[in-house]
Amino acid sequence: MGDRAEMAVFWIFTVPLIAASLGVVVTKNPITAAMSLVGAFFCLAGIYVLLTAHLVAFLQILVYAGAIMVLFLFVIMLLALQEEILGVSRIKVMQGFGALGCVGVFAVIYRAILATGPRMMPQVGEDYGTVKAVGRILFTQYLLPFEATSLLLLVAIVGAVVVAKQRI
Amino acid sequence: MSALPTPAPARTKTPRLAAIVSVTAAIALPLGLFCVILFATPLLQPALLDGFIRERLHRDPATWYWRDGVYTVALLVLAFVFANFAAIFSGILSWWERRVAGRIQSRIGPNRAGVGGFLVWIADAVKLILKEDLVPAEADQMLFRAAPYFVMVGFILTFVVLPFGESIAVSDMNVGLFFITSITALVVVGILLSGWSSNSKWALFGGMRSAAQVVSYEIPAGLAIMVPVLMAGTLSMQGIIRAQGGLPWQWFIFRNPAAFALFFIFFTSQLAEANRTPFDLPEAESELVAGYLSEYSGFRFALFFLVEWGNLWTMSAIAVTIFLGGWQIPFVPNELYAQLKGTGFPPLAWWGLEAASMLVFAAKTMVLVNVVVWLRWTLPRIRVDQMMSLCWKYLVPVSFACFLFTLLWQIAVAAVPALETAMGVGLTAVSVVLAVLFARQTHRNITAIGDRVDLSNW
Repeated sequence: MGDRAEMAVFWIFTVPLIAASLGVVVTKNPITAAMSLVGAFFCLAGIYVLLTAHLVAFLQILVYAGAIMVLFLFVIMLLALQEEILGVSRIKVMQGFGALGCVGVFAVIYRAILATGPRMMPQVGEDYGTVKAVGRILFTQYLLPFEATSLLLLVAIVGAVVVAKQRI
Repeated sequence: MSALPTPAPARTKTPRLAAIVSVTAAIALPLGLFCVILFATPLLQPALLDGFIRERLHRDPATWYWRDGVYTVALLVLAFVFANFAAIFSGILSWWERRVAGRIQSRIGPNRAGVGGFLVWIADAVKLILKEDLVPAEADQMLFRAAPYFVMVGFILTFVVLPFGESIAVSDMNVGLFFITSITALVVVGILLSGWSSNSKWALFGGMRSAAQVVSYEIPAGLAIMVPVLMAGTLSMQGIIRAQGGLPWQWFIFRNPAAFALFFIFFTSQLAEANRTPFDLPEAESELVAGYLSEYSGFRFALFFLVEWGNLWTMSAIAVTIFLGGWQIPFVPNELYAQLKGTGFPPLAWWGLEAASMLVFAAKTMVLVNVVVWLRWTLPRIRVDQMMSLCWKYLVPVSFACFLFTLLWQIAVAAVPALETAMGVGLTAVSVVLAVLFARQTHRNITAIGDRVDLSNW
């Protein structure tokens, strides 16, 4: 893919990504916010593909856009929130602090990017980002964090079952 | 149920023009589509496009300013071809399914538009497009309008990696199978969204049921997919097919007893994910009007149905790819394709081989599609609790067990390679015997009630 094509694809995914991310925080309707999040995950996956991380991109769609967001939507729909409940009890102070925090994080990242200066993206090998390469790293260098995470997930599952079924 | 023998309706002769049009369409549409796919897909790949730029346009493809433009046009052409394939396939299948339904239920089925009612799907499409695109007053306008597109995108994108023949796939990604499982997740989101945004009880119930069903059945389906991946050692669709062979005992389904069991689990899960009978609870007409489709009309309604029938092709094609040997022609080794192709524009022999591989793949897929159609008119709908317990109590544990068995099996096969061939031949023989017994029992059942095989109303 040529540089210009890469640039074009980048913008095609980036503009909707930012729009969708804004949609998550700005919209009042929780369903619209959740749907914006799905859109954002999808566009982010596009950026991952652009970085030749295909496995991570499709994991992102499968796990977040597919499984987790479906669960979110499920819960939101079951709760059937009323407009009145959503409209009131908005704490202005919290919103202010939130905005301040966002600007702060953005400033830090901006400074960090400025500090590294302009440079070319490194060329990656043929098998970069493939299942084989990711698997090899996962089971050698990052074996302990990987296993610890799986244990954590198991604990979470058992916890969810215990909370849901008090009788067990 | 014993129906009174109704006198056959007097046959009015189909007008000659309508007859010619429908017969031509019935032959030319599928043939033309497969031909376009056969030629367009291998020709519009980057290597041949670069060659075209170098030899015909006399430019250096590496530095030429418009190369990306050529690639984009090629991608758009491919997208157009495959979107049309999906649309026309589901259209023709909708006619075929109604004919089969008529046959199974001892009635005639569509027979007005064209010979054998072949043009009925075009009439349906025209009718649906002309209908008003209604949005309920209390519905969430934007999400209601957006939902069909989620479903559509989740379905159409599978054609990016779905193979049709040896070199006939838009892209052979190294995460192909994974791409399909992840992208079809969008369909669930669309269905859930359409159910909620309609602001109607029936639609909401339908959407909920559908989401619960699809999320549950994704687990056995995902585990079943892992077994061919383990056996082939790759996630690429073409790679999985290349690891199999043309003869039945070289297919993954027969090479491993766990894969044999998982094929049926996978097929059942795919039925559930496609909301097909016996798992059509989300749109159960007798309880939920039409489930999540209740409030839709016109073109948006048509999109949902297009996806539903188009899904039959994708689910059957995936099953054929990962279990049934894909496009492999018996006695044709994988190396032959590359030998024939050479460099530059491929020779005629290669095209012939490609066409044959495509034919094999399409034939296998159509057999599975027909099985799904038969199931719809044979089995009753199951209850919600039965649907859930089938998935979580039976399919999930069994597929986990099969998955573990495959791990051990692969170790055993690595030590004794003959084991796989022996198992392949053995299981093929067992399946042939089972098929023969099934056919004999069916024949015996028909003769036992004094009936006979009657094909007169086709």
